[in-house]
Amino acid sequence: MSLEPHVATNLGVAALLALGALAAFRVRRSPFWRERLAEVARRRPWALAVIALYVVVAGLDAVSWRDAGPGLGEPRSALERLFPADFREASYSAPLAEVEFYGGAPLRHPGRHLLGTDILGRDVLLLTLQGAKVALLVGGLTCAIAIPLALLIGVPAGWFGGRLDDLVFFLISTLASMPSILLLIALVTAIGRGPLQVCFALAVTGWVGFCRLARAETLKIRELDYVQAARALGVSTPRILWRHVLPNLTHLVVITFVLTFSGLVLSEAVLSWLGLGLDGSWGQMIDQARDELSRSPVIWWNLGAASFALFGLILAVNRVGDAVRDVLDPRTLREGA
Amino acid sequence: MTAWLVRRLLWGALTVVGVLLFLFVLFFATAHPEDIARRALGEKAPPEAIAQWIANHGYDRPRLWNPADPTDTILFEHFRRMLTFDFGKSDADDVPIAQRLRQGVGASLSLTLPLFLLGIPLALAASLVVAFFRETYIDRVGVVLAVVAMSVSILIYILSGQYLIGVLLKWFPISGFDPDPAVVMRFLALPVGVGLLHGLGSDVRFYRTVFVEEGSKDYVRTAFAKGAGEGRVMARHVLPNAMIPILTHEVVRIPGLFTGALLLESFFGIPGLGSITVDAIHANDFATLRVMVYVGALLFIAAQIVTDVAYTIADPRVRLS
Amino acid sequence: MSTLAAPRAEEPLVEVEGLVTTFPAGAGRRVAVVDGVDLAIGRGEVLALVGESGCGKSLTALSIVRLVPRPGRVEAGRVRLAGQVLDGRNPELWRRVRGGAIGMVFQEPMTSLNPVLTVGAQVAEVVRLHERVSRAEARRRARSLFEQVGIPDPAARLDAYPHQLSGGLKQRAMIAMALAARPALLIADEPTTALDVTVQAQILELLRRLGRELGMAVLLITHDLGVVNELADRVAVMYAGRVVEQGTRREILATPRHPYTEALLRALPARAPRGARLAEIPGAVPPPEAWPAGCRFADRCPRRFAPCEAAPDWTRLSATHAVRCHAVAGGRA
Repeated sequence: MSLEPHVATNLGVAALLALGALAAFRVRRSPFWRERLAEVARRRPWALAVIALYVVVAGLDAVSWRDAGPGLGEPRSALERLFPADFREASYSAPLAEVEFYGGAPLRHPGRHLLGTDILGRDVLLLTLQGAKVALLVGGLTCAIAIPLALLIGVPAGWFGGRLDDLVFFLISTLASMPSILLLIALVTAIGRGPLQVCFALAVTGWVGFCRLARAETLKIRELDYVQAARALGVSTPRILWRHVLPNLTHLVVITFVLTFSGLVLSEAVLSWLGLGLDGSWGQMIDQARDELSRSPVIWWNLGAASFALFGLILAVNRVGDAVRDVLDPRTLREGA
Repeated sequence: MTAWLVRRLLWGALTVVGVLLFLFVLFFATAHPEDIARRALGEKAPPEAIAQWIANHGYDRPRLWNPADPTDTILFEHFRRMLTFDFGKSDADDVPIAQRLRQGVGASLSLTLPLFLLGIPLALAASLVVAFFRETYIDRVGVVLAVVAMSVSILIYILSGQYLIGVLLKWFPISGFDPDPAVVMRFLALPVGVGLLHGLGSDVRFYRTVFVEEGSKDYVRTAFAKGAGEGRVMARHVLPNAMIPILTHEVVRIPGLFTGALLLESFFGIPGLGSITVDAIHANDFATLRVMVYVGALLFIAAQIVTDVAYTIADPRVRLS
Repeated sequence: MSTLAAPRAEEPLVEVEGLVTTFPAGAGRRVAVVDGVDLAIGRGEVLALVGESGCGKSLTALSIVRLVPRPGRVEAGRVRLAGQVLDGRNPELWRRVRGGAIGMVFQEPMTSLNPVLTVGAQVAEVVRLHERVSRAEARRRARSLFEQVGIPDPAARLDAYPHQLSGGLKQRAMIAMALAARPALLIADEPTTALDVTVQAQILELLRRLGRELGMAVLLITHDLGVVNELADRVAVMYAGRVVEQGTRREILATPRHPYTEALLRALPARAPRGARLAEIPGAVPPPEAWPAGCRFADRCPRRFAPCEAAPDWTRLSATHAVRCHAVAGGRA
């Protein structure tokens, strides 16, 4: 029994929503997290609003279905349905233009393309909005792979020490010695270009930093009084790790997630430019727009829209990331600031 | 001290072995020789040409273990050749890789060295100013500007730099390279400028954090209590201590120089190692890619060893323990 | 308002009047964490400023030399040193005073010394900041200071880095730094709290000896009544930003009159009868935002009554002993 791609994505979105609801529920019950997150919201309301906007847009593009009725059409996402069906032209057209850019033939939807159309005649506004889903996918999926991986390897290394730690340290050193861009390129060239592979490659180059952090933090937690007490009382190791170590790493997880998110999206843009990125990403739009700048008159709307969308998300995430780190920083935690 | 140095070098060597192993798994265990051959020779090449190509490039040997001759495996060859810097020929056009490397190093260095050497004082100066005015509006504006600057993709910097400076203002050529010392600066001005601008945002933010953190430490309070002025405290007390985390950061930046150099060289037509790598990607030239990653790793491992040595000079706690 | 002046014939060497330091308390308000503190110390005398954590004693010390960290601000306060008034608004003057006329010793020698400079260099730096001497001369002075503070093998120790010294030696080096420019006032903020008990006694002895020999006024900040007993000539007790009782060591330790001081002394384990429950002060120190305008100890005080809604004034109990308490003033205690 195989799922159609769009049904799988729909289920994925449903799963994410469920996870989100679960997380919100847990946060509500914990005064620590409630306070901290409220503080972040207080400091960066605009940036959070911008991110929420991107999330909603991405979500709209992630849910798709077929039209009922005769003749199986392609499934269309909620986002696409906000635009007229078959919203394409033949080729380039300027924003809000009535005629094609080259040749001046009348458009099929004159004056309706707010940001013009690209070389294939696709509406640039729609493309830009669809890029949000790709960007969030890159950041989210990569972190979903990298963070558990880093925890799985780093926490035992810090906890058990000894040979395991040496081995892990060797592994980390080796991976960290290869410049990540080269490693990324090598990985993607070797394992292929699909979304999962690209995210996996990004995860492989990105997990090392967090792994080191998790390992160091585990070492510290191990020496805390109440953890030592738990060990003395004979609590089993898996239980200690699950109940005492991991919860103390949560704030680091959050900080890492937010801080590396923007880096990942930017890396994907670079990969796209090298021809190794995800389809439909802003990076790909920028790459395709490269030679549009050298035309005369200049075609700027494709590049402009993608750049602006990319910049908006990255800036918002960076701003929130700073606030999150300040609020959740273990040093401020200790000083009770 | 010598004992430490020897151990450090041994660890570096071990890491090199690890890198080679990783490369082996990545390149030889995942890609099929026939696919590589087909990409090099074209889809329509006859099977004999493919087989010949595979034999020429050594992909026909057994991968891990050859009962007849243990040294006649891809694994062994891979290690032997990388460690002796016998890089062989490109998968794409049979040009010896080592030759390409030699040709490209000069151009790459002429780009990355100025980038690295100019970037540090520039970022230090900017962040010292911002940290000096910490908590005032100069500081806040500076930090926001830095975050904005680092939120812009390097691609945008490159494209707008090229367009604004190269096309609109026509101050410098958009791309190209001429190693003649008389004119080389004209070709480097734009890529170096773009590269500096791109790195400035995140560097200033990081340095500022370091300065502010050091500035709030107890020994700084003691220095003020001794009657030292702001300038003296910054120069004599904060800066030497701040150099320690800054050193680490600079080393971590070195691989970033590869990325930057990669894109800058490729966009601005500078025939350096980065360009070679990008060409290799487009041509699916695995042999060259392997070598580039290996060389990159070697450089990085060397840089880490140099930094560790620099630490012992900068931090007496490390030196005398 | 020198109600609390030292009971000596001559003028006190150091006088602090009306010191007020504020911190922001949210919503644009500022709260006075040091709320009108007056201190006076004579030559060769040790005044101990005692109180729990959070009562503002460390900030008082920092406020005297205008080293309060942002966003705190010294709003008011006059400092008179050897009869000369130090003008609050001149930053260059304060820079010269710090380390010069007023020396400070901090609590954590581990972190209060610059880790990448030798201790000798750090002590010599003080000399060169305040006097025009050559490097060689400054180094000589540093060496003799090391001798003075009891650092063994002083010549060799000049080139040691802080991490190579024990806690006690580090603290001696800090004291040497504070004394280097021959200050009139030495402020020691919990100088022995971070040290081993055996080393504590040595450092306290050192401080007492130096104070007498060099004729300095010593302001000792501490929460440890044992230290007070060892070293102090006079004591000022602080609670929630205000000084509530002042007197000689004997008066404070043997015959305290303020309910808070009494409770503090009663809570000492040494005073508790064997086997009995240790006495404690009910409640907790309120945070600065919650400090009332009236007597701040009122809601924990067993002798609280109606007038305590207003801030109490000083009541003189003897030439040297004064208390700020309505109950004492009204003859109820």
